[in-house]
Amino acid sequence: MKRFAKLIEQLDSTNKTNQKVAALTQYFLEAPKEDALWSVALLSHRRPPRPVTTKLMRSWASEITKLPEWLFEESYHIVGDLAETIALLVRQEAKGKVPSLSQCIDEIINLKPKQESQKKEYIFKRWKSLNNFERFVFNKILTGGFRIGVSQKLMTRALSKAVKINENILAHRLMGQWSPKTITFEELILNPNPQDQISQPYPFFLAYALEEDFQGKEKVINWHIEHKWDGMRAQLIIRERKSFLWSRGEELITDKFPELDCLANILPNGTVLDGELLPYKDGQIGNFNDLQKRIGRKSVSAKLKQQIPIVIMLYDILEWEGKDIRSYPLMDRQDLLAQLFEKYDGEKIPILLSEVLKFSSWEQVAVEREKAEDKRSEGLMLKDKKSSYGIGRKKGNWWKWKSNPKTIDAVLTYAMRGHGRRTNMYTDYTFGLWEDNNLVTFAKAYSGLTDAEIKKVDQFIKQNTLERFGPVRQVKPELVFEIAFEGIAPSSRHKSGVAVRFPRILRWRHDKKTNDANSLEDLKQLLP
Amino acid sequence: MPFINHMIFDLFCTFPLKKKIRMPLLEFTSKGIYCSKAGVYLDPWKGVNKALISHGHSDHARWGSKHYITHEINVPIIKHRLGKISVNGKKYGEIFNINGVQFSFHPAGHVPGSSQIRIEFKGEVWVFTGDYKTQEDGISTPFESVKCDTFITECTFGIPVFQWEEPDKVHDSINNWWAINKNDKTTSLLMGYSLGKVQRLLKNLDPSIGKIYTHGATEKMTEVLRQFIDFPETELITRETTKKELEGNLVLAPPAVLGSAWVKKLGRLSTGYASGWMSFRGARRRRAVDRAFVISDHADWQGLLSAIKASGCENIVTTHGYTEIFAQYLREQGWNARTEKTQYEVEMHETISNQ
Repeated sequence: MKRFAKLIEQLDSTNKTNQKVAALTQYFLEAPKEDALWSVALLSHRRPPRPVTTKLMRSWASEITKLPEWLFEESYHIVGDLAETIALLVRQEAKGKVPSLSQCIDEIINLKPKQESQKKEYIFKRWKSLNNFERFVFNKILTGGFRIGVSQKLMTRALSKAVKINENILAHRLMGQWSPKTITFEELILNPNPQDQISQPYPFFLAYALEEDFQGKEKVINWHIEHKWDGMRAQLIIRERKSFLWSRGEELITDKFPELDCLANILPNGTVLDGELLPYKDGQIGNFNDLQKRIGRKSVSAKLKQQIPIVIMLYDILEWEGKDIRSYPLMDRQDLLAQLFEKYDGEKIPILLSEVLKFSSWEQVAVEREKAEDKRSEGLMLKDKKSSYGIGRKKGNWWKWKSNPKTIDAVLTYAMRGHGRRTNMYTDYTFGLWEDNNLVTFAKAYSGLTDAEIKKVDQFIKQNTLERFGPVRQVKPELVFEIAFEGIAPSSRHKSGVAVRFPRILRWRHDKKTNDANSLEDLKQLLP
Repeated sequence: MPFINHMIFDLFCTFPLKKKIRMPLLEFTSKGIYCSKAGVYLDPWKGVNKALISHGHSDHARWGSKHYITHEINVPIIKHRLGKISVNGKKYGEIFNINGVQFSFHPAGHVPGSSQIRIEFKGEVWVFTGDYKTQEDGISTPFESVKCDTFITECTFGIPVFQWEEPDKVHDSINNWWAINKNDKTTSLLMGYSLGKVQRLLKNLDPSIGKIYTHGATEKMTEVLRQFIDFPETELITRETTKKELEGNLVLAPPAVLGSAWVKKLGRLSTGYASGWMSFRGARRRRAVDRAFVISDHADWQGLLSAIKASGCENIVTTHGYTEIFAQYLREQGWNARTEKTQYEVEMHETISNQ
């Protein structure tokens, strides 16, 4: 635990990638294997099940610090992070033996079924035995979520240096669902048994947003164009007559989409495909919101399956006849995929092929992009026809050229303190649109402003608060912002009756007064 | 005749007299904290005839008043900051009388020359703290508790998450950081507020590690204070200073330099920032420095509470910082506490870069 806390402190206290990698590598070399494995798990967002609610932790923390609960809550709102608040408040001289990371996590795992009084006793004991930063790390393990500016890629690079195994191979081994409870460092990282790996997905290749002068620099003939399908990215694996479906977040989602099960007996063994899950009914691509309804459910009823049928729109093939073909040029992979698809075309199976478009000028590409709404896509994907299938987000081979977002002018109505890097400043905003003489909340957004603008808005909020509700402040309606968003759909769950996707602040409209902001009716006009 | 006299006296004076009796010794007005009995303001934020100044930071010692009275060490500081002003210096504990009101300055321990201001009239005592800390910093006269009825206190760090470490430990870690950087042939850029913080850091740097360079703003203020305090030697960075000269040495500068062209000329750097706000992980990350040192010239939670207890006061006015939260806590603990709006800024990590 001491070693791991030290590592997190080191990672936290530098901005330099090289120093982060060096600290991680050093840690992987020195730490006992069980601890190293848990570190890999925690840094790739795998954590032990939460043994206590944050509500209990809050009340215990105010008990141990002898502070009134309201003062603890206020402090928490200001600090913005529960684990950190507790670490700052519960300052006791560290005494008692400190367990290793894996021992400590075992303790946490064993805590779950215990009684509340035992849980409290244990957590008090640990709070007292750890020093400030260790206490923070311990709380983070309890509450989950290690966002410390270390990407999985960076962690993999460091691990690769420590164990001397190629980074790409490691990235592949670390994919999917595994837990240090059931696997060892040796089995997962050093010497995996191929037999255990039939469900193992490949790392997803991700695209960057198109750069401004792209068309000026690149020849259109080198690029294969596709529509950017508006669904859920997924990897379909067919091995040993079994199918496995993985989400981009490395979750196994096979159970959520049972209509794809049939593919295990239809597609050849040793096939891995990359594509997009889409709602698809009567030959029509459906709405992204419908897909979310399916993801949200624990089990998929027959009714739901019928209401919102699913297909997978295929656009890449990563494994063919049991062989990893990610290094093949894109055009060859696309040919192979087209041939595969042809065999089954016309059969009633839930697959579609994403059409590969080729153009002779960038103007034609721009015209195609205008068709996005009709085609139910979010815009276009531009892929270098000779590129291999990479790992993670890498600049150069895949680009997304999204449709221009829809925009609307809205009034800032509420603000909340930010988290993490934005702690202690009001950076999470709520926006309203006019309906008669009222401002109806329609979206929340927390990005898109420059640091200088954030400072100004923060100052405005602090000076123009009408009312406070815990961390939230109601603000004098005075500032108007242009809000951009991707999609829009009717919604019964939102007060405004409309749900917008990925809202963000496009710009601060200093030139507009509150009365110049748009109405809810204006927004509804944008519904497809 | 005596009867008529009395009548006239009543006619002319009853109203103002009654009003005066109800007036508190200090009022919070649009210009600043005002003592109507003496006709003087404490740390006014607008120009007035006579201003009593607690310390030299720009939100407390503002430009535009006709005459200033402050502690003698603060005289050259505000002269340096405000230019040609009429100012009169007092010693700590020296009582001076204005219109029958007794005033005196007492050490606040915040920065060199910083004072709490004590006001006494007809046995009633108020203390205005300005900014203060209860830790000793080695350069400011340590905080002295002053008994009073009403205590006007800052509460920049007035929530319980703020608990300062032993300053010696922090200074040790700064020197360690410097020594490690020196080994790596990397220059250490240590940033802090120009008045007070930087000198406190300087006083505790270990000159045996290397040379100490300064930014212009830092050097000037330090120069002003050298007549009172013994500091290690410093050298001002000029156009002629080369990266090679700086290598492995330490540079003291205000935080505003971060990201400027000036910094780029310093060569390979490790950056460090010293502030109480660095207690927050979010603040440390937002600052984007390599090392954050938690060290403050303000009282932490326990410091505030101990100062209040030691003052023996009944009434408390919280002026800047987490005023509402702190006042609510004090009320629950049995004090008569309220907040007043002032224009003293809380030197947040965000606003510091604009100074």
